[in-house]
Amino acid sequence: MQPSPTQDCNTAERTVEIRNPEGLHMRPAMQFVDCANLYRSKVTVWKDSQSVDGKSIMQVTTLIAIQGTQLTIRASGPDAEAAVAALAEVIESVNNETSD
Amino acid sequence: MEIIKGIGVSPGVVICSAVVLDAEDYRIPHRTVPPGETRAEVQRLRKAFLDATQEVSNLQVAQAELWDSKIKDIFAVHLHFLRDRSLRRQITDLITKEKYSAEYAVSVILKNVARHFSQAPDVYISERASDIYDIERRLLRHLIGERREDLRHLADSVVVVAHDLTPTETAGFDQSHIKGIATDAGGRTSHTAIVARSLGIPAVVALGDVTELVNPGDTIIVDGNRGTVVVNPDQTTVEEYEKFAAAIIEHGHELDEVVRLPAVTTDGVDIALLGNIEFPYEAEMVLSKGGDGVGLYRTEFLYLAAAAEPTEEDHFRAYMDTIRTVEDRPITIRTMDLGADKFTQEKAPVPERNPFLGLRSIRYCLQNLSIFKTQIRAILRASAHGNVKIMFPLITSLMELRQAKWVLADVKEDLEEQQIAFDENIPVGIMIETPAAALIAEELADEVDFFSIGTNDLIQYTLAVDRVNERVASLYSPAHPAVLNLVNQVVKAANRAKIEVSLCGEMASEPEYTALLLGMGFKTLSLALPMIPEIKKIIRSVSISDCHRLARKALSLDTDTQIISLLRQELHKILKIEY
Repeated sequence: MQPSPTQDCNTAERTVEIRNPEGLHMRPAMQFVDCANLYRSKVTVWKDSQSVDGKSIMQVTTLIAIQGTQLTIRASGPDAEAAVAALAEVIESVNNETSD
Repeated sequence: MEIIKGIGVSPGVVICSAVVLDAEDYRIPHRTVPPGETRAEVQRLRKAFLDATQEVSNLQVAQAELWDSKIKDIFAVHLHFLRDRSLRRQITDLITKEKYSAEYAVSVILKNVARHFSQAPDVYISERASDIYDIERRLLRHLIGERREDLRHLADSVVVVAHDLTPTETAGFDQSHIKGIATDAGGRTSHTAIVARSLGIPAVVALGDVTELVNPGDTIIVDGNRGTVVVNPDQTTVEEYEKFAAAIIEHGHELDEVVRLPAVTTDGVDIALLGNIEFPYEAEMVLSKGGDGVGLYRTEFLYLAAAAEPTEEDHFRAYMDTIRTVEDRPITIRTMDLGADKFTQEKAPVPERNPFLGLRSIRYCLQNLSIFKTQIRAILRASAHGNVKIMFPLITSLMELRQAKWVLADVKEDLEEQQIAFDENIPVGIMIETPAAALIAEELADEVDFFSIGTNDLIQYTLAVDRVNERVASLYSPAHPAVLNLVNQVVKAANRAKIEVSLCGEMASEPEYTALLLGMGFKTLSLALPMIPEIKKIIRSVSISDCHRLARKALSLDTDTQIISLLRQELHKILKIEY
């Protein structure tokens, strides 16, 4: 039986800004990808018209999200809402990270 | 069909299928696999990813406490990329759709990612390009490592095609199935050449880009006599080479007949033909090729083969194995002659900028006395059981020689105190392999029992040519008048002091030079084992008086080209086969 769209194919989306002076560098990118992989939903990340798989470290890092970049996190799947919320939080904590 | 010209460093002809060894430190050539093999190739890739992931996880666990968070981050980055499905999918796609080899596909994708990073305006990201190159190398190491592993267990005969071969690689060869070697780099005296000659298989080096032109499984002809390699030969060429190979084998049978005969000139002068060996098991081949003993025992293998420094027992066992085979025939053991390689460079606080002029060989030993003494003790202990001589390499001054002899005297004293047997009168000799030593040969001759001229280094240092750099290899010539003059001076100094002088460089195994060397006064030559019969045959066909005349003429000429053509003409008169 096909899963019903209302239950399993939600989509959610949120746009965040990278404010960390080091940009979305390797360590936060790994946190982001790790977080994305905890969810069943498909996660894509958009920068302008370019989109990548949010579960792939290679793809996320090749976005080259430097300070000031606007990223749109889009999830589709059973846990889309939760995924987007959690991922936005990862970016938020990176933004608040004091550079060491 | 493609014909490539290189330098033939070990004679013989072989027609065989090729195995290509890529090197993770060099650019991986564009290589494809036959359509039927893409699945196997994807499997290799999968395994490399799994093994690399396992390797990094192990490192992470084993060294968790040692490193700071930055280094831990690096491991984490590696693991994230190695577990990235999207990365693996891209590489897999190149294998299945484009039929790329796993090595080439890995290299293409990761180089793309790295390039993308390095062009980023942000330094935090652009600096990560080096991580990506690291991951690429790690994957390649697993892919290539497995190929190398395959060379240990071959089912069919193959020719090995590689950029260059290191001692670690050649040590693992399944010798019974490797029938020839072809490499991009190298020279007459590179490790590849020495190994090929000791295995008695044809080899051509300095081919430039043979690894790019050959795909695994291609048919390849290696002609070590003429220094050519033919890739995917046509039928006519194959037939031609089969005939040539048969003629060479026939010539080999002729040579078998001289093995049991003495190396004596037509006018009755006895010449001692000794063998250069690297491993104890080669001692047997010295005898089967008709050699009179071991003129140069290279001991570096003991240091390179194992992860740990060799113990006195490791040394002693190797020397005793050799003595048991050659019995009372002479064995000249050269003390450690390392430098410009893994063993010394890994221990160096900073890499040497010019290792060939750096802390190598006897210099290294004199600064690392415990390593030096360990070896000397083993050599002395072995001297109680055979006709052992000790030889110090790379001497450049009297002081250096005296220091080395003091260390020797020290160790002798220790052994005496401990009542361990050794030959008190063990002959002490030196390699003459620097212009400095050649020029002070008279002084040195008063303080040693013998000289052995190491022409490989002597030529390199005299002509300022790196013998393994394919771009200048053509300038490396034993026939250069400067080299011949130095060699001549050393022989004269030795004769005056009435000490023995021999020549143990590759020059001794090159047929062109045999008559010249005899003419210069050498009564002992030490050479690559497979060449002993050939050189013996030449010795048995010449008279010393003719050789003297040839030497005088050669030494009067001005250029190496003139000298070489004179020597070749002479050789053609002596023998009637192509070299």
